[in-house]
Amino acid sequence: MPRLIDAALITETVAELCVTANLCVSPDIRAALDGARSCESSPLARTVLDMLLENADIAERERLPVCQDTGMAVVFVSVGSDVHVEGDMTQAINEGVRRGYRDGYCRGSVVGDPIRRVNTGDNTPAVIHYDFEPGGHLTITVAPKGFGSENMSAVRMLNPSDGLSGAEDFVVETVRAAGANPCPPVIVGVGIGGTMDKAALLAKQALLRETGGAHPDSFWAEAEARLLARINALGIGPAGFGGETTALGVHILTYPTHIAGLPVAVNIGCHATRRRTAVL
Amino acid sequence: MQAVHLTTPFSDAAIQRLRAGDWVSLSGVVYTGRDAAHKRMTELLDGGKPLPFDPRGQAIYYTGPCPAPPGRAVGSAGPTTSLRMDAYAPRLMREGLRVMIGKGERSEAVVRAIRQYAGIYLSAVGGTGALTALRVEQAEVVAFDDLGPEAIYRLTVRELPLMVAIDCKGESIWTTRRSR
Repeated sequence: MPRLIDAALITETVAELCVTANLCVSPDIRAALDGARSCESSPLARTVLDMLLENADIAERERLPVCQDTGMAVVFVSVGSDVHVEGDMTQAINEGVRRGYRDGYCRGSVVGDPIRRVNTGDNTPAVIHYDFEPGGHLTITVAPKGFGSENMSAVRMLNPSDGLSGAEDFVVETVRAAGANPCPPVIVGVGIGGTMDKAALLAKQALLRETGGAHPDSFWAEAEARLLARINALGIGPAGFGGETTALGVHILTYPTHIAGLPVAVNIGCHATRRRTAVL
Repeated sequence: MQAVHLTTPFSDAAIQRLRAGDWVSLSGVVYTGRDAAHKRMTELLDGGKPLPFDPRGQAIYYTGPCPAPPGRAVGSAGPTTSLRMDAYAPRLMREGLRVMIGKGERSEAVVRAIRQYAGIYLSAVGGTGALTALRVEQAEVVAFDDLGPEAIYRLTVRELPLMVAIDCKGESIWTTRRSR
C-alpha cells in the first residue's frame, strides 16, 4: 500500500519552512558565530560579530527576515519509494513559497526572464531538486539563497594533474576574489567530481550540512580543515572589515568523475546560510 | 564602538573630515536605489530628463527592502553588493550625489569619482537587515513603484551604523589592509 500525501500538506510545510528559514538563524550557524566571537582577536571583528548576533536576535524576536535578500527559494525534495503524492507536487511547492514569502514579509526577488527582468512579485518559481529515497517518507529542505553570495560562486573544470592542491587553490582564490561581497563570515560549499552540473549541485548540497562537524572521510576532513585555515588567513574578516573569521566552515562533497576530468565547484553561503528541513 | 554622528543634508566639511576606517552613525534622509533603479535613472539623464529626486549633496543606499510588516516603516533592509552599481555611480556623482552606502569593494572608476567630487562610500554590515529595519522611521516611494523592492524609497533613518570604506581622498579600508 502506498502512503498517500496530500499536495496541500506539502504547500503548508514549504510555507512554514520558508518563514522559519528566513526569520531564524539555524542553531549550528548561531553556535559557529558565537564560537568565532570568542576566538577573534580583532576588536573590530568582534564588534561586527556582535552586530550579526544582535541582528539574529532582533530577527527572531521582532519576526523580521534576518536579511532583506530572502533569496531564491531552493527546495530539495526526497520522495520515499512508498509515497504517492495526491496532486501536482511542483505546483504545491511553488504555492508554499508564494504563501511563505507573503506571510513572512519576505522580499520577492525573482524576475521572470533573466534579460527582460520583470519581478514575478511572489518569489516564484522556486528552484526544485527532486530525489528518491527508500521508505514511506517525504523529506523537504528549503534553502533560500541570497545572491550576494551566489554571485561570488564559481565552477572550474580542472585537469586531473591539478590534483588536490589545484582544487584547494581554486577554492581559496574564489573566496579571496569574493572579498566582502558575500557577507562574510561565509560557509564555503565545495563540490568535487561528477560533471560540471553535478559539481555545482554538490557544492549547493554541501551548504546544507550542519556547520561544526567534520567530513566522515578523514582524507576530506583534513582537506576541509586545511582550507578553513587558509581562508581565515586571508584576513577578509566579518563584513570584509578585516579579522580572522572569514569562513565559519568549509564543507566538501564528492562524486566519482571521468578519467579526463576534475570538476570543482564553489558555492559560497553568507553568514546566515539558511536551510530548514521537514520530514513528512 | 566610537562613531562620528553624521546628519543629512551633508556639508562638504562633514564629509571631508571622515577617514577610511571611521565608524559613522547616520541620521536623516537617504534614497534607496539598486540595479533596476540605477538603469532607469541613467536612461532619464541620457534623455535629458531630471532625476526623480535632486541628488545634490544626497546619499543613495543600495538596498531593496523587504515588505513592511504592520507597524513598521520597512521590513529587513540591509545593504546589497555595491559593485553592480559601479557602472552608474560616477554619472550620479557628476549630478551632485555625494554619499553611497552599500557593501563590498568599488571599481577604480568609482574611487576616482569619489576623489574628484570629494564624495564618500560608506559600508553597512552585510546581512544586518533586521537591525537596520529598526532604525528606519519613515519610508515612502519616490519613483519606479512598478519595480517593487527595487523602487526608489525615501528613508528617514536614525543612527544607522556604517563604516567609512572609501574616504574623500580615495583611501579605503582595503588598500590600507593590503599595504600592511
